[in-house]
Amino acid sequence: MAAEDLPSDFDIVILGTGLAESVVAAACSRVGQRVLHLDRRSYYAANWASFTFNGLLTWIQEQNEETKPEEVKDWSSLMEEGEELIHLSNSDSASITNVQVFNYTSEEEDDTQSADASNTTEEEKAADEDAVKESSETESADSKEEEEAGAAEEQTEGEEPEAEQPLPSSPSNQSKPARKKVSYAQLVKEGRRFNIDLVSKLLFSRGSLVDLLIKSNVSRYAEFKNVTRILTYRHGNVEQVPCSRADVFASRQLSVVEKRKLMRFLTSCMEETEEQTAYNGRPYLEFLRDQQLGESLQHFLLHSIAMVTEDTPTEEGLASTRHFLRCLGRYGNTPFLFPVYGLGEIPQCFCRMSAVFGGIYCLRHSVHCLIVDKDTNRCKAVIDSRGQRISCSHVVVENSYLDADRKQMAPPPRYLSRAVLITDSSVLPSDSDQQISVVTVPPGAAGGPAVKMVELCSSSMTCIPGTHLVHLTCQSVGSAHEDLSPLVTRMFRTTESQNEDQRPSVLWCLFFNMADGSTLEVKGHQLPSNVYVCCGPDGGLGHEHAVKQAESIFQKILPEEEFCPPAPNPEDIIYDGESSSAVDQDLQEESRGPDQDQNQENQNQENQPEE
Amino acid sequence: MHGRVKVKTTAQQEEEKRKEREKKLKIYVAARDACFSKRKDAVFDDEALQLTQQLLSSNPDFATLWNYRREILTHLETVKDEDEVQKIYEAELSFLESCLKVNPKSYGSWHHRGWVSARLPRPAWTRELSLCDRCLSLDDRNFHCWDYRRMVVKMSDVPVKQELEFTDRLIGSNFSNYSSWHYRSTLLPLLHPESAERPSQRGDPPHSPSPPCPQTHSHRVCEEQLLKEYELVQNAFFTDPNDQSAWFYYRWLLGRAEREEMISCVYVSREEERVAVAFSRPVNARSGVLLLVLDGQPQRVEWRSVHPHFKHSPVWICDLPPGTISDITNEHNLTVHWTEKHAHRDCALYTGRSESWCRDTATDLELFRSELSVEKTSVLQSELQSVNQLQELEPLNKWCLLTIILLMRALDPLGYEKETLAHFQTLKEVDSMRSAYYGDLCSKFMIENTILKMEYAEVRVFSISDRNLTTLCHLDQLLLVTHINLSSNQLRRLPPQFAMLQCLEVVEADNNSIENLEGVYHLPKLEEVSLKNNQISTPADLQPLASCPKLKRLDLRGNPVTQTANVESELAELLPSVTDLLL
Repeated sequence: MAAEDLPSDFDIVILGTGLAESVVAAACSRVGQRVLHLDRRSYYAANWASFTFNGLLTWIQEQNEETKPEEVKDWSSLMEEGEELIHLSNSDSASITNVQVFNYTSEEEDDTQSADASNTTEEEKAADEDAVKESSETESADSKEEEEAGAAEEQTEGEEPEAEQPLPSSPSNQSKPARKKVSYAQLVKEGRRFNIDLVSKLLFSRGSLVDLLIKSNVSRYAEFKNVTRILTYRHGNVEQVPCSRADVFASRQLSVVEKRKLMRFLTSCMEETEEQTAYNGRPYLEFLRDQQLGESLQHFLLHSIAMVTEDTPTEEGLASTRHFLRCLGRYGNTPFLFPVYGLGEIPQCFCRMSAVFGGIYCLRHSVHCLIVDKDTNRCKAVIDSRGQRISCSHVVVENSYLDADRKQMAPPPRYLSRAVLITDSSVLPSDSDQQISVVTVPPGAAGGPAVKMVELCSSSMTCIPGTHLVHLTCQSVGSAHEDLSPLVTRMFRTTESQNEDQRPSVLWCLFFNMADGSTLEVKGHQLPSNVYVCCGPDGGLGHEHAVKQAESIFQKILPEEEFCPPAPNPEDIIYDGESSSAVDQDLQEESRGPDQDQNQENQNQENQPEE
Repeated sequence: MHGRVKVKTTAQQEEEKRKEREKKLKIYVAARDACFSKRKDAVFDDEALQLTQQLLSSNPDFATLWNYRREILTHLETVKDEDEVQKIYEAELSFLESCLKVNPKSYGSWHHRGWVSARLPRPAWTRELSLCDRCLSLDDRNFHCWDYRRMVVKMSDVPVKQELEFTDRLIGSNFSNYSSWHYRSTLLPLLHPESAERPSQRGDPPHSPSPPCPQTHSHRVCEEQLLKEYELVQNAFFTDPNDQSAWFYYRWLLGRAEREEMISCVYVSREEERVAVAFSRPVNARSGVLLLVLDGQPQRVEWRSVHPHFKHSPVWICDLPPGTISDITNEHNLTVHWTEKHAHRDCALYTGRSESWCRDTATDLELFRSELSVEKTSVLQSELQSVNQLQELEPLNKWCLLTIILLMRALDPLGYEKETLAHFQTLKEVDSMRSAYYGDLCSKFMIENTILKMEYAEVRVFSISDRNLTTLCHLDQLLLVTHINLSSNQLRRLPPQFAMLQCLEVVEADNNSIENLEGVYHLPKLEEVSLKNNQISTPADLQPLASCPKLKRLDLRGNPVTQTANVESELAELLPSVTDLLL
């Protein structure tokens, strides 16, 4: 952005470029609102961002840096009578915690960084412990289990420090298996080819995000790949879940009778019957059991298709099952799509749309405080990080911009535990190594909570050839490392073992906790009535939560307007005199222009979620 | 309004599109006229190629233009050297690929591609094969592509095994695909031929898809492979029992080979001095392909089918010259040669016997059973078990019920008769649109069962009353029957095939709905016909009976015809031999 001042008058100021904020920005610009969209970070998409490997290392470093205490300036010169200030936070200290990095690559070039990163600051740990105090009882129960889980666990515990600071003569350098090892230098050197998501989500083929992308024509800015397999972790093995007709036909694990029962259940559950309603309120598992479905079918249906837990009520389980089935076959044999180049693309696509319709974008630019009219309790203007007063009619703000004391009104946030692994092979090797797989791990399968795992291959443009990128997500019980490392050590090799270990090796991994957006109360911040809060990513697999939030904010701001009507084709837009699409410089430089995307889209039409 | 993007209105867009279309049409018409005039003048130049290309890329179904293009190309072949021709044809192929992208089901484009591929000096069949695979992955039922693919496979000698794997792949991605299953059924007999008759081919599957002589080829698959196929297809119909393609394939698997062509029976009657020959399938024996040798002497006889309706018939008869075999004290030896098939059958007529025959029975030939070996019958039994299992889960699935019936028949037609009838009853209820079909099929099976029972009992009486028969079949198997009882069924006619019952003396067909007696025709020994309570309505309907010389007793009680005026006198005139007429 050039050093010149921004216009001093907007309809809507939006802080944060996460998915919900970006959708609101696109929707508002699209119907002619003047939108100023700011993010204090140097990248788009906030906690929805995707990073190159090196970008992620920088991000990790930032998470561990002490935030500078905020200078309190006197803004009275910019204020008028009857106005008061609401100060906003200038850093996001709470949404990401417990960042830990482990490096298992053989050649170490930069071990200081990973060692530093793994030493999480004490304050963060303390904060996290507070947050999870409620669940301490369950935790102790878990820890017993963990002890019983035995030697495997202990072994890893013992080896971790070694892994963090590998000795130059570590045994891994000698007996090399056939698999070619990727070195750390290579990860750094080819780091640009990674697109590592902070959140791990997928698009349901008939979910609200796909509908929105199609309806608004934002889909032209992105490409998608089908998730190719649904897998599950069961009895210590990774198995493919037969969910489409072709899968069921080809399945070797199911007997023909099981095939029939499964297909019959999948067809019959689409319609609500009296038999089903009789089970309302009773666990879905009970319903499945009474349908004479065998143990493996129950597992598939409960954990991999409905993706619910054993005590989820039947009506909820059936609704999830139906949603899964409705999504099947629209774009392929699984119900999911994944955006090529990572999920961080999606918020950016909406920003691009907003920019095409006149939205103004600034990164590394924030707002110090909101100016509130005392009488009306409405926000009249904001003061940006350059001390400029910008008047506006509405403010949309990402949760982390609010001061900690404002958030104390809300219940303490819950956290998600995340792990990101770079591995050398797939958890279930097949004919093609270009598979995008979802792996559902039921609770207790590895002594921990239910984990959703997404394994990406290099053709998804998120990792380099010869590697896979694995995302693990679960609701936090303890820290991300406590929650997820038992599963990681079971499913993957973290050390060099000579014997016939077919499990994929972890080259590098990252653990962190992220605030669960779905548990952050949107109301109750005692904010002016025209200030709307977006909370960050939730733990769900789809994007329903963020889209719903964006739509409801849009409807509050502009109750009369249509939400994201189809954008006209570029050739139908009339350009006269002043260019009506004042695309921000930043965005133009940083991203491909919409016209270029158009061309690309034509070449990749099969992957477009368009009808 | 400030900030709003100005967008062209629909009217503006429409207008622009209209102008665009008009412009296109002008260009198109001009190019078309230019092409036609060039073709008239027999101009075969590059410009013509370009013009046709321009037109065909927007309309690939313009057959005349493809023809013109082929004329140009054949002309160019004569004036250019091989390398240039190769280049021209390669350009043609890539042009065709773009046409197929516009319309993947264009007859013109696919045909032209086949033509070009065949003329290409150095053909690249692998590329063609992968083009087909790409097309089929987009639409696995594109029959144009299937056709073209078959041609490519034939031209390039793709190993049968590889093709079978191709069908594996397609069936794996979507088993609801007749083309793939059918292709499989043509490949399997080549790759895994039935071993019993041709042991030499075992373990040495032919690598080119040129089958051995189709006349002798059995189209059957060796048992081992057959069992694997059962498993595959079972997976399909358990996954989706309402998908027909898998069931049809299964029926093919369970099917029998075509019967060997042979003379199945020779019958000779001293009294009528007549010979009847039955074949394993309908033949046309009129044109001198049958040779009758009597006591070493070839006979000049005239063969005729049993009814003038049939040019092809499984039963043929001839009359011997009068007096040749009438002396009951003489013994005679007959041989019938089927010169076309190098088949023959002997029959001896001994002293004192008025008739004689020589034949293979339906039980000998296991005509109505499976052909699997005894040890593999257990496999069929387990097939039946698993389909029964499916039927428990899907009690109203018609394909499942029908398959159970077929399996039961293959295993033990008589033993499962009761269950079969019950399943037919369910079938008629769940699929009422086809109840007549099931009725006919059930009739067929009941007749087969009755034939078996008759042969086990070694009698010449065929009795099948009160079985809801709707149709008659397998009548060639009843050549020797003297008494037939068809009472209390739902028959509407005695069809022309009925005339094959050359030994018939007594017909009982009471309580049916018979209105047509076409088949009671020239039955030399017929004496008694009982047709109580049928639908014979006019004396003319009884006309065929007049051809039966020995008819004495006719019971027509309860038929509409009895109500006609002067019926008695009319019938007396029509059927002078009848002495015992009941009205």
